[in-house]
Amino acid sequence: MTDRCPGRDAPHLAVIGAGPAGLAAALAAAARGVRVTLLDAEPEAGGQFYRQPAAALRARRPQALHHQWRTFARLRHGLARHIAAGRVRHAREHHVWFAERAPDGGFTVHALTGPGRGDPAEVRADAVLLATGGHETVLPFPGWTLPGVVTAGGAQAMLKAGLVTSGNTAVVAGTGPLLLPVATGLAAAGVDVRALVESADPGALPRQARALAAQPGKLAEGALYAGQLLRHRVRVLTRHTVVEAHGTERLEAVTVAALDAGGRTRPGTARRIACATLAVGHGMLPHTDLADALGCRLAGPAVHADDEQRTDVPGVWAAGECTGVGGAALSLAEGHIAGRSAAARLLGAPPGPDAWPEAARTRARLRAFSAVLDAVYTPPPGWGERVTDATVVCRCEEVTAGAIRASVRELGAGDVRTVKLLTRAGMGWCQGRMCAPAVAGLAGCAFTPSRRPFARPVPLGVLARAGEDAGGDGGRAEDQGEGDGRAAGAGG
Amino acid sequence: MVGAACALYASRAGLDVILVDRGPVAGGTTGAGEGNLLVSDKEPGPELALALLSTGLWAGLAEEFGTAVEYEAKGGVVVASSTGGLTALEEFAQGQRAAGVLAEPLAPHALYDLEPHLAPGLPGGVHYPQDSQVMPALAAAHLIRGSGARLLTGHTVTAVLRTPGGAVRGVRTDRGDLLAPAVVNAAGTWGGDLAALAGTHLPVLPRRGFVLVTEPLPRRVRHKVYAADYVADVASDSAALQTSPVVEGTAAGPVLIGASRERVGFDRTYSLPALRALAAGATRLFPFLADVHALRAYLGFRPYLPDHLPAIGPDPRVPGLHHACGHEGAGIGLATATGHLIAQVLTGHPPDLDLAPFRPDRFTEESA
Amino acid sequence: MRTPLELADARPGPAFTVTLDGREIEALPGQTVAAALWSAGITSWRGTRGEDRPRGVFCGIGVCFDCLVTLNDRPNQRACLAPLHPGDAIRTQRGTGHDD
Repeated sequence: MTDRCPGRDAPHLAVIGAGPAGLAAALAAAARGVRVTLLDAEPEAGGQFYRQPAAALRARRPQALHHQWRTFARLRHGLARHIAAGRVRHAREHHVWFAERAPDGGFTVHALTGPGRGDPAEVRADAVLLATGGHETVLPFPGWTLPGVVTAGGAQAMLKAGLVTSGNTAVVAGTGPLLLPVATGLAAAGVDVRALVESADPGALPRQARALAAQPGKLAEGALYAGQLLRHRVRVLTRHTVVEAHGTERLEAVTVAALDAGGRTRPGTARRIACATLAVGHGMLPHTDLADALGCRLAGPAVHADDEQRTDVPGVWAAGECTGVGGAALSLAEGHIAGRSAAARLLGAPPGPDAWPEAARTRARLRAFSAVLDAVYTPPPGWGERVTDATVVCRCEEVTAGAIRASVRELGAGDVRTVKLLTRAGMGWCQGRMCAPAVAGLAGCAFTPSRRPFARPVPLGVLARAGEDAGGDGGRAEDQGEGDGRAAGAGG
Repeated sequence: MVGAACALYASRAGLDVILVDRGPVAGGTTGAGEGNLLVSDKEPGPELALALLSTGLWAGLAEEFGTAVEYEAKGGVVVASSTGGLTALEEFAQGQRAAGVLAEPLAPHALYDLEPHLAPGLPGGVHYPQDSQVMPALAAAHLIRGSGARLLTGHTVTAVLRTPGGAVRGVRTDRGDLLAPAVVNAAGTWGGDLAALAGTHLPVLPRRGFVLVTEPLPRRVRHKVYAADYVADVASDSAALQTSPVVEGTAAGPVLIGASRERVGFDRTYSLPALRALAAGATRLFPFLADVHALRAYLGFRPYLPDHLPAIGPDPRVPGLHHACGHEGAGIGLATATGHLIAQVLTGHPPDLDLAPFRPDRFTEESA
Repeated sequence: MRTPLELADARPGPAFTVTLDGREIEALPGQTVAAALWSAGITSWRGTRGEDRPRGVFCGIGVCFDCLVTLNDRPNQRACLAPLHPGDAIRTQRGTGHDD
C-alpha cells in the first residue's frame, strides 16, 4: 500500500465516529487517497472502547485501564501520521446531530461544537461513513433511578476518562461480556467490588465449542479476567440478578437473588449487599438515528450493510456497532472494509468480490462468535415481573411501569409508539434511548427503533440557520484546509 | 380521532359500534397532530360552522374526560408582523365575529400582556378565546374507551361487503368479516383507499406536515400563537413547501412548533429545509427559543380534499356507506362535530348542520 | 488502597476551585463536571421535573441526560461531558432548569 497525499480535488469522505470502526475506516480510506474528515464528539479519538484519561490529567499509564492498548496505540499513531500529512482532519468535540443528502448529490454533516455545544459546524463531503457505535441498555428494577446506580459502561467511562469512581464499594450486575472488564477495572482502581452478578450462565459458553475454538484470543481474554477477578477476590454470582436497589437519596445497598431456569427468582435466596455503586448493564443497542434520517434501511435494531459495509443509500457506508453489536475487534474489521470500499468507489475503481479476504474472514469469524455471546447473554425472561407498578421506567418523563401497563390494558396500546403517545414514555431528553427496550418488554410487544430525526438535541437558533451557504452568520461550512488539515495541505 | 368521535357519538345514540383500524389507536395522522381545536384560522363558511359546533362539544367532553385528554381552553393569539398585515387581520376577524366567533383586537400592550416573550415591535394581533387544545392520542384513546365500542386494532379492511343491490353490509378484514348495515369511512388520509374498496370515489390526498418539539420548559408560551400568514397557507393550493410559525406550550412542558405544508405524497423522510423553516419562524416570533433545544420532530400526512372541506355524511352512490374524513389539518378539532353529525344521520335525525357542503359525491373523477 | 489516579499514574497540574451552588469545591485539570462532583463525594445534582427525585450520572457518556446541570448560567448541560475551568459556577437544577 502506498500513501498518496490527496489534492484538494480528491474525493472527500466524512467519517462519523472515531471509535474502533471509524478509526479503522478513516485510516484505510486515507491511505488510499481519499480526503477524510473524522468527526467525533470526544476530545480524543478512541470511542467508548479506547476511552482514555483527559489529556490534562496527564496519565502516564493509561493502558492500566485497558487491554489491547497496543492496537489502539497503532491506530492513534496512524491517525497522527495522516493528520500531519493532510489526509485526515480530526474534527474533535463535534457532536453530529443530522446528516443529509445535499441537492448536488453530496452530503452535509451538521454538528454542534464549542462551549455548551451551541455552535454550528457543517462538513460537506462526497460520501459519509457512519461509525456511530452503540449505547448500553439497562432494564429497570425497583430503585434503579437512585444516584449511585450507573450503567456498567458509565462506571467504566467515568473511570477511564475521569479517573474517578463513586464511593469505594460496588456491585457489578446485569448480563453480558462487558461486566467482566468493568468489575476488574473497578477492582484494579481500588474499589471493593462485592459481587459480579451475572444473570446468564456463562457455563453454557463451552457448549458452543466450535465458535469458541476459533477465538483463541477471546479465550485468553476470558482467562485474564477470571484471573483478575480471583486476584481481587470478587465474588462471581452467575444465574443471579439484582432484585432491588435500596436507598433514599442515594444508593445504599442492593438485594440480589438466584434465578431458576425460567428466569424467576428462587425463594429464600435473596441477600442484601451494601454498596455505594451499582454498575448495571444488559447489553448494547446500535445508534441508528443518523442512518435513519439519511433514509438508510434498518435491519432489526441495526443499520443494514452489505458485504462492502454499504448501506442501501448510495454514498453512505456503515461499520461497527451501528450495524450490529459485536465488539471492538469486529468493529475494526468492518471499519477497515468500509474505508477500503469507500475509497475504491470514490476513486472510481469498484472493488472485486474478494478484495480484502483477510478482513472478510476476520469479520465472519467474529460475527459468528458474537452470535454465540448474544445467545448466552440474554436478559432473564422473568425480568418484567420484578418491575413493580411504581417503578419509574422512562427516567426522563418519570413514567411508571404501572402507567405503561395501563396504556396497554385500558387504552389499547399495542406497540412502543402508541405507548409513548399515551404515556410520554420516551418523549424526554434521551428520546427513549434508555427506556425503549424496557417499554417494549413491559408492553409485550417487539422492540423497534423509534425514528429520531435529530441524533442529539439541537438549539432552535442553530436549526434555524442549518445549511445556509458558507459565509452566512451561522452554519459555517468547514472543509479540508482549515484547522489541523491546513498545515499539510502543501505537502502533496 | 374522527373515528373515535364517530364511535363515541354513535354508541351514545344507541348504536352497536365496532371500531376497526389496521394499526394501533391514533396510529395515523392523529398520532402526528398537535391537537388544535381552532376557530381562529377559519373564514366564515361551512368549515367555521363545523368548528364552532365542535368547540362546544369539546368543552362538554372536557368536563367528562377531565385532564386525561389534556384539554386546555388556552385561547389563540394571532400576531400581525406589519401594520398592513394587522389591518387585513382585523378585517378577517370582523367577518369571523359576524359569524359568531369571539375575536378581540389586541393593541401592542395587550398583546405583550398576553404573551410577554414575543419579539418586540409587533404592531398587534387578535385574541381568540375559543381556541383550545387536546393531546390527540390521549383524546382518541379515551373517547374510544368511553364509547364502549368494540375496538379491533391490527385489523386491516380488505373489502367492503355489499348486497346484490349494492348497499353495504359490512367489511371484510384480514381477520374475518364484520357485518353491519352501515359503514363509516374515518380512514383519514387513507379514506380514498377505503372509498375505492367500496367501489366509489373520494379524492383524499396527503399534505405532509412537520412538528418540532422542544425540551420541557416552564410556561412561557401561554396561548396558541401564530403569525397571520398561517391562514393564507392553510387555505393555499400550492404543492410547494409552505411554513408559517405556529407556536404553543403544552401541559407536559415542551413547546410544539408547526406548521409546514407540502404535497409530496407519503414521503416519510425528514426534510431539513422544512424543519429549518419551522425553527426560523418560531425564533422570529419568540427570540428566547433560539437557545432552546429541539429534541425531536415528527411528521404526518393531513388528509385533504380538493376544496379543503371534509367529506361528512352518507354517500348516495353506495347506500349504507358514510364518510367522515378529509379534514386536512383540522381533524382533531372538527372530530366532535363530525362524530355528532354522523351519529345524527345514522339514527335518522336531522343533522344540526347542513351537510350539503360536505357531500362526498361533490367531486368528479377528474377533479382528483 | 490504590486510587484510579495512582493506577494510571496520573500527575495532573494543581487542583483549582469551582463552585457548586456557591460552595467551593476542588477540581483537577481535565475533569468533567461529573468527575469533579464524584471526586467531591457528590452523587446527585438534579431534581426531576415531576417528583423532584435526585439524579446524577447514569450512562456517563452523554446519552441519557440524567446528569443535567446548570453550568455558568447555561442550563441543561450534561455533567458527564462538560469540561471544567477555574472559577466555573455549577448550579444544581430542579424542574426544567429554566428557573421554573
